[in-house]
Amino acid sequence: MTTTIDLETALSGLRASAPATVGRGALVAAGLADEYAPIDTPLGQVFVAWNGRGVSWVAAGDDGTVFERTFRSKTGRQVDRAAALPPRLRQAIKRRLGGDRRARISLDLRGHSPFEVAVWTKALEIPRGEVRPYGWIAAEIGRPKAVRAVGTALAHNPVPLVVPCHRVVRSDGLIGQYSMGGPDAKRRILAAEGLDTRALEADAAAGRRYTGSDTTHIVCHPTCRDARRVTERHKVTFPSLSAAAAAGYRPYKHCRPVSLAA
Amino acid sequence: MLKGSMDTDAALATRLSRDLEAAFPLLVTQHQDRLYTIALRLLGDRRDAEEVAQDALVRAFRAMAGYPSERTAALRLRPWLASIAVNLARNRRRRLDDRRPPNQLEPMLDDGFDLVAEGRARPDATSDRRETQRELAAALLHLAPGVRAAIVLRHVDGLSIAETAAALGRPEGTIKAQVHRGLRELRLVLAAEAAPPPPRTTTQSARLVPAMETLR
Repeated sequence: MTTTIDLETALSGLRASAPATVGRGALVAAGLADEYAPIDTPLGQVFVAWNGRGVSWVAAGDDGTVFERTFRSKTGRQVDRAAALPPRLRQAIKRRLGGDRRARISLDLRGHSPFEVAVWTKALEIPRGEVRPYGWIAAEIGRPKAVRAVGTALAHNPVPLVVPCHRVVRSDGLIGQYSMGGPDAKRRILAAEGLDTRALEADAAAGRRYTGSDTTHIVCHPTCRDARRVTERHKVTFPSLSAAAAAGYRPYKHCRPVSLAA
Repeated sequence: MLKGSMDTDAALATRLSRDLEAAFPLLVTQHQDRLYTIALRLLGDRRDAEEVAQDALVRAFRAMAGYPSERTAALRLRPWLASIAVNLARNRRRRLDDRRPPNQLEPMLDDGFDLVAEGRARPDATSDRRETQRELAAALLHLAPGVRAAIVLRHVDGLSIAETAAALGRPEGTIKAQVHRGLRELRLVLAAEAAPPPPRTTTQSARLVPAMETLR
């Protein structure tokens, strides 16, 4: 009965317990815990983890417990399964995989070296359907001799597909390793992006490392979209950039081919 | 409030100042229920309260991330966190008020009691007590926002007068007066609801005066 209770005591009885989503949501927003959900890609289902700072982890697989274990051991943070990716993030990832480099995706790359972050950021510039050699990234980030370190950094990419490390190939043109399922998976994703991987590897094996046009006297990476528009009649291939230079060809300013010690 | 909770708060503030990321989960554990309660009793809606409580925790984290460590160490966490929740609740209520007329507030009331630990009440007493709490929660929403905030911080959350004053940025004298007024108005509202509904023509003050007398 309201008339007999002590009002102050009754008020202190109005305390309620916060639902678990409150604390968890706060930790995720602060970047101290993460959530993850699956998304379909050309490589099948992959798991994407994120927090308030951005996407923190991407890995193939259909077993969430393996993903959770790996995530915890690599980041030291808690990760919980969510029903789905936030719609905006899902949309942005789909657009990126579809080749739209304007789709903005925040990345949580805390705990990684500035060199690694520079490598991954540079890889983000490679358009869908094209590849660049490790040496190109090394040159572009101002560390031309760090080719091997570039390879290591790409192997440690925590967010494959989102950062398209699959678009970086060996400097001798071979397809190279891939953290998300080896060379076959790398061929599969590159093929899904419209690249003729067999032709790419055949060219590499035959020493055709650069493509030029005898009308413009410009030389490109073979997969550069503009190089692929050169008709067979006007196409010239070179084993090295110095050979192209000797023939009077200058490097294309968009794909910026570099000399590679293959 | 209690000496114990102030000691816990000071210890937590010290830990936060040393390693914010490591200590923040502890702050969440220790303060999420009270921030949720404050928001729930100010707004009357569980969903809104969840968002306000979560947002308050995140804002506290971001604020401390930008503070020099001495400032974090000196924080009086209970009133400080309460002030963040009260401000967020106020902003949210203003947005809600813009969208819905005040007389539609009542159908949206949400007592939130299925989440309350039932404590040591005897089972037969539980439903009575629940009904009382539901009425009390609804009565709170009849108070003017400023008075409601003072009552919620002082008597639901259990802050001292000084802490409530600090949290609301008002002088202690004002808080004392608001708490006094709030308790009096709550008694009136509860008594009016316990009485049979008055005819439509009766003015509110006319019907409340006798109720006040019976309570004294």
